[in-house]
Amino acid sequence: MWNDLLMGSPVYLSAALAIIIILVDAFSGKNKSLTFYFALISLIAVGILSAYTMNMHGQPVPEGGFSNGMIAYGGISAVFDILFVIAGILTLFASQSYMRAQNVERKEFYSLILFAVCGMSTIAHANNMLILFVGIEIMSITFYIMAGFFRERFTSVEAALKYFLLGAFATGFLIYGMALIYGATGGLLDFEAIGAKMLTGNVDFLYLRIGFALLIVGLSFKVAAFPFHQWAPDVYQGAPTMATGFMSTAGKAAALAALILVTKAMLPSNFDPALISDKIIEMTDFTTDAKWLIAIISALTMLVGNISAVVQKNVKRMLAYSSVAHAGYLLMGIVSNSINGWSGIVFYSMAYMFMQIGAFVVVGIIEKNDGRMDLKDYTGLSKTNPMLAAIMGIFMFSLAGIPPFGGFPGKYMLFIAAIESGFTWLTIVAVISTIISIYFYIGLIVYMYFKDSETPMTEKFGFSKATLTLVISTIFVILLGIFPTYLIDLVKGLF
Amino acid sequence: MQAIPIEYYLVLSGIIFSIGTIGVITRRNAIIIFMSIELMLNSVNLTFVGFAANFGDSSGQVFVFFVMSVAAAEAAIGLAIVIALFRIKQTVNVDEINILKW
Repeated sequence: MWNDLLMGSPVYLSAALAIIIILVDAFSGKNKSLTFYFALISLIAVGILSAYTMNMHGQPVPEGGFSNGMIAYGGISAVFDILFVIAGILTLFASQSYMRAQNVERKEFYSLILFAVCGMSTIAHANNMLILFVGIEIMSITFYIMAGFFRERFTSVEAALKYFLLGAFATGFLIYGMALIYGATGGLLDFEAIGAKMLTGNVDFLYLRIGFALLIVGLSFKVAAFPFHQWAPDVYQGAPTMATGFMSTAGKAAALAALILVTKAMLPSNFDPALISDKIIEMTDFTTDAKWLIAIISALTMLVGNISAVVQKNVKRMLAYSSVAHAGYLLMGIVSNSINGWSGIVFYSMAYMFMQIGAFVVVGIIEKNDGRMDLKDYTGLSKTNPMLAAIMGIFMFSLAGIPPFGGFPGKYMLFIAAIESGFTWLTIVAVISTIISIYFYIGLIVYMYFKDSETPMTEKFGFSKATLTLVISTIFVILLGIFPTYLIDLVKGLF
Repeated sequence: MQAIPIEYYLVLSGIIFSIGTIGVITRRNAIIIFMSIELMLNSVNLTFVGFAANFGDSSGQVFVFFVMSVAAAEAAIGLAIVIALFRIKQTVNVDEINILKW
């Protein structure tokens, strides 16, 4: 039982600490740094425990015990935990500087980060649809609050309301899908049991098809995939910049972790050849249709995201559309439905987390005065602030997928995985949309380096905790680009 | 006693779910949209309870308790957001909340 407790500890500990931090928050009065450091230490503790349990996967999940087999242990869930914890720490550092610069430092933001990490690690550890649902809701409800955190600013509250109404609407579809899958499989909620049932083909295919489609609708809402991406640009633009960075990276990674769990269980490929029957043939039809559904969503998502980003004048909104496009690339790994595809997702969401949070930190620093963030505000940044311009340039190259930065090996892995699974056309669409995306990523660099502004920025940006976030992100974007094999091998061994 | 066939539950919950969806799409008052969403969640609860009764399996009924508690948490956050909005703009009509556009 104690082993059981230890293995699931990232989930239990983050939940317990999230509750304790509210009390710390309540009793610490005006002292804001206490909450900050408590959140930091909690995140580090959760990260260490995840790293410790990472190699313990493969051990059988004990029946009974603490979680009654509803929580998966170690392995890839722990890698996702580490991703969420790093995103949380980077956001924590950057948000303190950002909120001070905006003159609205409220310490609740630090506890919200811990709550979001708790929800996301619950998703990554889910072994049961009920746990998955609870995790998704903990994460989403925290994000609604984060989006509306600047409660006296209309844009922030508008973003929160849009996110809340559409997110709750999507939740309806998500659980209706879960209910129908529960019915189709004859009363199963456990992913392993569902996977075993799928292999026998002994399910109700009408309920299964409708349920799976509704589940995909609900989850593609959470990853901001076409045609359910409409909320993303508005919410990402209106929300506080650091909250946007956190939601669009860790939140997306968590939703993809949920998609991996669902598709891994529900789209099996290793049917027993001795058992071929009508049911199995219908089952293979279902898997093919499901993959095509996700492939079409993926292709349209990246095209729509990149083409819409081209016409944007606002940098935050441009990054929001580029985030939609990246959801499309990441879905390619789900389409391939193989270990290569899934490890591509893990690698790319890790690299994407560093570059996107880094880019949003730069946007947050520039935004400092009177909330400007148009493309033309970046003119001549290379002269007034060469370091900041260079770092932003690295993130833009990495987002565009240009070597030697972290975005390139990630994209490469996903493209190869899609080709291996027979979706060559999807890779061609992805390459075309990547070429479109280079236009606006390089466009920002052109503004920073090759245009002179009439009103040059004069203010200097001093050292703060946000600088720490920028340095860490830059180092990891470059490291992941030059030495990708370490992480790739680690992840592949854990599935 | 003859049990009610599962299809009856599913048709009823399907109808309620559609009414909720149509409400979300056509209504413009944030509170009424939220009530429609609650209707959708309740139709899902009905589906779960129907299946659980049909299979004689209690996990579907447990799921319903979680859905209800999550819906309560969501209601708390949602109403807080609507109040924050009303303080700034004295309206809850979603058509008037559209300064974020391209």
